[in-house]
Amino acid sequence: MNYVVIAYLYLAILLYLLLGGADFGAGIIELFTSRKNRRVTQETLYQAIGPIWEANHMWLIIAIVILFVGFPRIYSTMSVSLHIPLLLLLLGIIARGTAFVFRHYDAVHDRMQTVYATIFVYSSLVTPLFIGILAGSALAGYVDPAAPDFLTAYVWSWLHWFAVAVGVFTVALCGYLASVYTIGEATTEADRLRFIRKTRLLIVVAFAAGALVFGAAAYEGLPLISWIFGNPVGLTAIALATVSLGVLWYVLGGSRTWVPRVLAGFQVTMILLAVGYAHFPDFIRLRGGQHLSLLEQLAPAKTVAALGWALLLGSVFILPALGYLYYSFQHASRPAGEAAVEV
Amino acid sequence: MNDFLAARSQMALSLGFHIIFSCIGMVMPFFMAVAHYYWLRTHDITYKNVTRAWSKGVAIFFATGAVSGTVLSFELGLLWPKFMEHAGPIFGMPFSLEGTAFFIEAIALGFFLYGWDRFNPWFHWFTGVVVGVSGLASGILVVAANAWMNSPAGFDYVNGQYLNIDPIAAMFNDAWLSQALHMTLAAFAATGFAVAGVHALMLRRGRNVAFHTRAFRIAAAFGAVAALLQPLSGDFSAKDVARRQPAKLAAMEAHFHTEKHAALVLGGLPNEDKQRVDYAIKIPGMLSFLAHGNFEQEVTGLDRIAPQNRPPVVVPHIAFQIMVGLGTLMMGIAVVYFWALWRKKQWLHSRWLLGLFVAATPAGFIAVEAGWAVTEVGRQPWIINGVMRTADAVTPMPGIAYSFYLFTAVYLSLSLVVVFLLYRQIRMVPELYDVPAGAAEAAHA
Repeated sequence: MNYVVIAYLYLAILLYLLLGGADFGAGIIELFTSRKNRRVTQETLYQAIGPIWEANHMWLIIAIVILFVGFPRIYSTMSVSLHIPLLLLLLGIIARGTAFVFRHYDAVHDRMQTVYATIFVYSSLVTPLFIGILAGSALAGYVDPAAPDFLTAYVWSWLHWFAVAVGVFTVALCGYLASVYTIGEATTEADRLRFIRKTRLLIVVAFAAGALVFGAAAYEGLPLISWIFGNPVGLTAIALATVSLGVLWYVLGGSRTWVPRVLAGFQVTMILLAVGYAHFPDFIRLRGGQHLSLLEQLAPAKTVAALGWALLLGSVFILPALGYLYYSFQHASRPAGEAAVEV
Repeated sequence: MNDFLAARSQMALSLGFHIIFSCIGMVMPFFMAVAHYYWLRTHDITYKNVTRAWSKGVAIFFATGAVSGTVLSFELGLLWPKFMEHAGPIFGMPFSLEGTAFFIEAIALGFFLYGWDRFNPWFHWFTGVVVGVSGLASGILVVAANAWMNSPAGFDYVNGQYLNIDPIAAMFNDAWLSQALHMTLAAFAATGFAVAGVHALMLRRGRNVAFHTRAFRIAAAFGAVAALLQPLSGDFSAKDVARRQPAKLAAMEAHFHTEKHAALVLGGLPNEDKQRVDYAIKIPGMLSFLAHGNFEQEVTGLDRIAPQNRPPVVVPHIAFQIMVGLGTLMMGIAVVYFWALWRKKQWLHSRWLLGLFVAATPAGFIAVEAGWAVTEVGRQPWIINGVMRTADAVTPMPGIAYSFYLFTAVYLSLSLVVVFLLYRQIRMVPELYDVPAGAAEAAHA
C-alpha cells in the first residue's frame, strides 16, 4: 500500500500541473494577448476550461491531503520552513479562483469586468510562479528546520536563484500547455493560426526558461545536470521529450488537435520524471545533506492502508466521472439557444 | 498582537468565512434540485428561471467556498504544524474521503452548470442532486474530523507518543454523530432562512411575484423543517457534551460551581474572577434536566476542572445564548409558517409574515457562527481535547500577526465582492427572468 499512496501523490501532482497548470496558462496567455484579440482569447479559453475549472484544482487538494495524512512530517516541515511562499501561493489561489468565477457570473457587465480580468491574469502568473518556487525549494536543499535565525529559517529556504528560475520555468510550461490545448478550441482559422504562432513562441520561451534553470543551478552549485543526465531514466525521458517536441512542432498545424495535446502532456510528464527520478524517494532535501524521504516518513501502516483504500475507492468514482466530463464538453456542440439565456 | 493569538484569530477568521460558503454550497443544490424537478414536471418556466438564478449564486458560493477550503487545508499546517504532524495520520481518514466527495461535487457541478440543453434533462437534474449529496457528505466528513478534536479516539497516548493508530475508529469517534447532525440541520436552517429572507424582501416590494413566490416557498420549507428539528438535535448534542466534555458544558452554561439540582442560566454576563453570573435569569433544576435527563442529578462545574485546563467562559456562554436564542426564534417562525400553510392561507401573502422572514435573514448564519464559537472556544485550552494544548501546536514562525492582517483584508474584500455580486444578481432578475408568459411559452415550445 505504501507504493499506492506514493503513486497517487505523484499522480496528483502531475495532473495538477497538466490540468490546473493549463488553467493557469489560460490566464498567462490572456495577459500576453494584444488588446485587439483579448476578447476572442478570453471567450475561447472560457469555452475550454469553464466546465472543468473546479475539477482541475481538486488535484491540489488530493495532493495536500495525501501529504498530511500519509507523510505528516514532510507536510509539517514544508508548512514551517516554506510558510511564506505557501502563503503567497494561497493568496494567488484565492484571487484567481474567485476572480475567474466572478467575471463570468457577474450579472452586470461593466468596468468591474476589467477589475476581475486584471486580478485573474496577474494571479494566474503569480500562482504557478510560487508552485515552481516551492518545487525548486524542495530540491535545492536550503530548507533548514534547525535554522537559528529568521532569514535562514523562513526566507533563504526558498528565496534563491534556483527556486525562482524553476518558478519562471513553471510559468512558461503552464503557458505552453494552455496554448497547445487551445489550438483545438479555436472557432475560426485566423484564431487557430494565431494560437499556433503563440504555441511556437511559447516553446521558445519555455526553452529559454529551462536554460535559465540550468544557469541558476550552476550558480547555486547544484548538480542539476548530473541529477537529470546522470542516470538512464532521466536521459531517456529527456531524449523522448525532445523528440516529441520536434514531432509536435511539425504536427502543430495538423487537423488532429489531440496529437499535440498528448505530446505536450507527455513532455511535461517526462520533465517531471527526469527531475523526480534522481531524487526518489526523497521529497525534500534539507540543508546539510539530510533528506525527507517518502519511504521513511510514512505514517503508521494502518493509516497508510486506510488512505490507500480511500484513494483507490475514490478513483472508482472520480476517474470515470471526470473522464465523462472531459469527453462531454469536448464533443457536445454548444447549443444554439444557450446564448439567449446565458449572461 | 502575539503570534499565538494571531494564529487563533486567523484560524477563526478562515473557518468563520469558509463555514458560510460551505453551508450555502452544500444546501442550495437541494433547493435547485426541487425547483428543477418542478420545471421538468410542470414545464412552468418560472421554475426553470429560479433554478438558473440560484445556480449562479451557487457557482459564486461554491468557487469562494472551494478556495477558502483549499486555504484551510494549508492553514492547518501553516498555523498548527505540531498538531498536524501528530493528528494528520489519526484523523486524516475523513479528509481523504472528503477529498473524493469534494472532487465528485466539483465534477457534478461542471455537468450541472454547463449542461443545460446538452444532456438528457433527467441526467442533468441528477447531476444537480449529486452536487448536493456529495457536498453534504463533504460537510459531514469535515465535521467528523472536528469531532475527533473534541472526542479523540483511535489511538493510545503513552508518554507523549501516539501509538496503535486506528484511523477508522478515529473517524467514528463519540462526537461525530451529534456534531454532524447538528451542523447539517444548522446548514439547512441557516441557508433556508437566508434565501427565504431575500425572496421575502423582494415579495414585500412586489417585484417579480411569480418568481420570488416559488423561490420563497422552496427555501422556506427547507429552512422551517430544519429549524423545527434542530432543538431535538441540540438536546442530543447537549447531553453528549455533558458526558464527554463537562468543562465545555460548564463554560457554555457559565456553571461555575458543581451542584445538584443545577439551575439553567439564561443570558447574563459571566464574571470569571468572582465566579458568578450577573444579570441572569435562573431556572432551578433545568440544567440538570437538560444535561442528564433528571432534575436532581449533579452537574459538573468549572470548580472541578483544574485551573490551567479551564476554558474561557464569557465567549462560550454568550455565543451559546445567541445560538439558542436565534434557534428558538427561527423555530417560532417555522411554527407560524406551517400554521399558515395548514390553516391560514391568507397569512402567506401578508406583509407581516414576509417581514418576519426578512428580519430572520441573517439569523441562521449568526447562529452558525455562534455555535462554532461555542464548540471551538469551549474546547480551549486544548486543540486535541485532553491530549495536546493549542499553545503547544502553534507554528514557531514569528510575525503571524501580519499574516492575520493580510487574511482579514482579503476575506473582508471577498465578502464585500460576494455581497455586491448577489445584489447585482437580484437586481437583474426582472431583466433576465421576467419574461411575459406568452413569450416564454413561445420561446420554449
